[in-house]
Amino acid sequence: MLTIDNLHVSVEGKAILNGINLDVRAGEVHAIMGPNGSGKSTLAAAIAGNESYEIVKGDILFKGENIIELSPEERAHRGVFISFQYPVEIPGVTVTNFIKTSINSNLKARGENEMPANKMLKKIREKAALLEIDSKFLSRSLNEGFSGGEKKRNEIFQMAMLEPSISVLDETDSGLDIDALKIVAKGVNKLKNKDNAVIIITHYQRLLDYIIPDYVHVLNEGKIAKSGNKELAHELEERGYDWIK
Amino acid sequence: MAYTEEELKKELETKEYEYGFVTKIDADTFSEGLNENVIRAISKRKEEPNWMTEWRLKAFNSWKEMEEPNWSNVKYKKPDFQKISYYSAPKSKDKYESLDEVDPELLKTFEKLGISISEQKKLTGVAVDIVVDSVSVATTFRDTLSKKGIIFCSISEAIKKHSNLVKKYIGTVVPQRDNFYSALNSAVFSDGSFCYIPKGVKCPMELSTYFRINQAGTGQFERTLLIADEGSYVSYLEGCTAPSRDENQLHAAVVELIALDNAEIKYSTVQNWYPGNKAGKGGVYNFVTKRGICHKNSKISWTQVETGSAVTWKYPSCILKGDNSIGEFYSIAVTNNYQQADTGTKMIHIGKNTKSTIISKGISAGKSQNSYRGLVKINSNAGNSRNFSQCDSLLMGNKCGAHTFPYIEVKNNTAIVEHEASTSKIGEDQIFYCNQRGIDTEKAIALIVNGFSKEVLNKLPMEFAVEAQKLLEISLEGSVG
Repeated sequence: MLTIDNLHVSVEGKAILNGINLDVRAGEVHAIMGPNGSGKSTLAAAIAGNESYEIVKGDILFKGENIIELSPEERAHRGVFISFQYPVEIPGVTVTNFIKTSINSNLKARGENEMPANKMLKKIREKAALLEIDSKFLSRSLNEGFSGGEKKRNEIFQMAMLEPSISVLDETDSGLDIDALKIVAKGVNKLKNKDNAVIIITHYQRLLDYIIPDYVHVLNEGKIAKSGNKELAHELEERGYDWIK
Repeated sequence: MAYTEEELKKELETKEYEYGFVTKIDADTFSEGLNENVIRAISKRKEEPNWMTEWRLKAFNSWKEMEEPNWSNVKYKKPDFQKISYYSAPKSKDKYESLDEVDPELLKTFEKLGISISEQKKLTGVAVDIVVDSVSVATTFRDTLSKKGIIFCSISEAIKKHSNLVKKYIGTVVPQRDNFYSALNSAVFSDGSFCYIPKGVKCPMELSTYFRINQAGTGQFERTLLIADEGSYVSYLEGCTAPSRDENQLHAAVVELIALDNAEIKYSTVQNWYPGNKAGKGGVYNFVTKRGICHKNSKISWTQVETGSAVTWKYPSCILKGDNSIGEFYSIAVTNNYQQADTGTKMIHIGKNTKSTIISKGISAGKSQNSYRGLVKINSNAGNSRNFSQCDSLLMGNKCGAHTFPYIEVKNNTAIVEHEASTSKIGEDQIFYCNQRGIDTEKAIALIVNGFSKEVLNKLPMEFAVEAQKLLEISLEGSVG
């Protein structure tokens, strides 16, 4: 599904990623861990296509197509989704209106018809229930005055609505209390199937107790220093990141 | 929320000002220049009574002694008032009984504007008094209205048929000498709308007038007079478009609203006159005086969406004369490219327990300048008066400007006046967030701008809100590169 080949990325001339190789197949969950500044969020930004992140070398193949020249929206249309670490506020635009605009933009880009209002409504209700989101929440302005937990839950709600092929969850666990963490994890687990894939970027092993990864990769100084199965996450938790340096 | 994506896409494909065309209609136009004879000729052509001719001449004499003001935060080439033709009317002098009799060219114009009369007739119960250039050519729904005793016609007709009402109220809210442009308008106004709602009558439909500037080089001097008698209610919509033109066009309208005891007037405007091209050439000068007076327990609510004109200079205001009266001003002003806007309101609290609310949303893009200028004045007798003002500015890019000039004068210590202001910028992070969700940049901006303007858009009647949202999108196209 997603193949990252020898990816080098720099920001304002400073090299952050120095040759990342990663292969994610449909149905898999990968966890990317690593100390602060190791390049985890840069990897998410590069997959999303943020122009502030310059791809110096390497390729990102998604469903067999090299996407590094594609705009962020073109990548989204093909099924790439990022759950942001810091979701932005858009005052006056409701959660509902935003997701409606997003879904219809994607459908249109794929040459499909817009989703009829009744179908949209039904889907919104269903996915909101899955993530235990109150209907009042849906009429609030996007992320405006949301708590950290509400912001993250809204990201996962959008993921549930958009049904992307690959989802990159960038530090989704930060700012979540344990109850919210469980709800989010439950949501992600329900959305997971044999046709999609999830990349979880996290500093701590905590979220991985609830979303069990197939693979764990440890990032250090812009490279994958170690890969393994879920046991690796536990080992990191016990021994600290200094262990892999 | 109200627009469909299909409509939105269609709008985004149109890059140039879409209403920029000239309709060839046989017109009867005066030669350029202004003097007493021209004013007498206008009055005579319109078959006005003597008192009206004299009223115009009095205004003209005042105007001659006045100087064009220059205190606003806008720069423009001052019009040469002797280079303007002061009267232009479609030549066919007959009054139309049905649409079949209307010049087909004219009907085509309306179709291009998407406001074909036939559609209007079917749709939503909006009665339309259409003003092309200066003379009303068609009026619909008049029967329905007249059964309720409502008068809705051109001001020219009102001057002839309802002379007493016009004579009683014209110039009482905006005196002839009020300002340079109101004096000019009083002298030469060509046509406009008149509306009278009798005591206790709730007008059953939204009243609507579409203005258009059509004839090359013709100044447009509309005059609107709206009287809501005791306990009545009316919602009035005014929408404007104009064809593109190279030389600047002057528009100096006067709108007077009178809300008698317990009456309510809701006045909504969507203004989309030609703003000039990307290099700042051409475009309409819009120098308007709009003011309403509120008697006891009455309410006047101004809502405006200003996207057009090269230069906009207007302050729809309320004089809260009666106790417990309410004034409201909700405004969205968008400027792009080289547009300049200096707009806001005046809330004059005279009566006791008077309340006013001001919500102003300014959106600046390109190299434009957008200023809010507002006065809240609480007179010494206006005990327990309240005002709340909120002025928000949204900037796009680094070359535009947003300015806020609030003036507050309070002479009564029981008054409560609140003012809030904010300035924000559309962030790259907001646009990127939308992009990541599959929303392209143009649509992302439209979404963000509509969100920013929501409090005001919500005040517009439904069909107007849809049009307003589209206009916001068209006006800001290409503003982020």
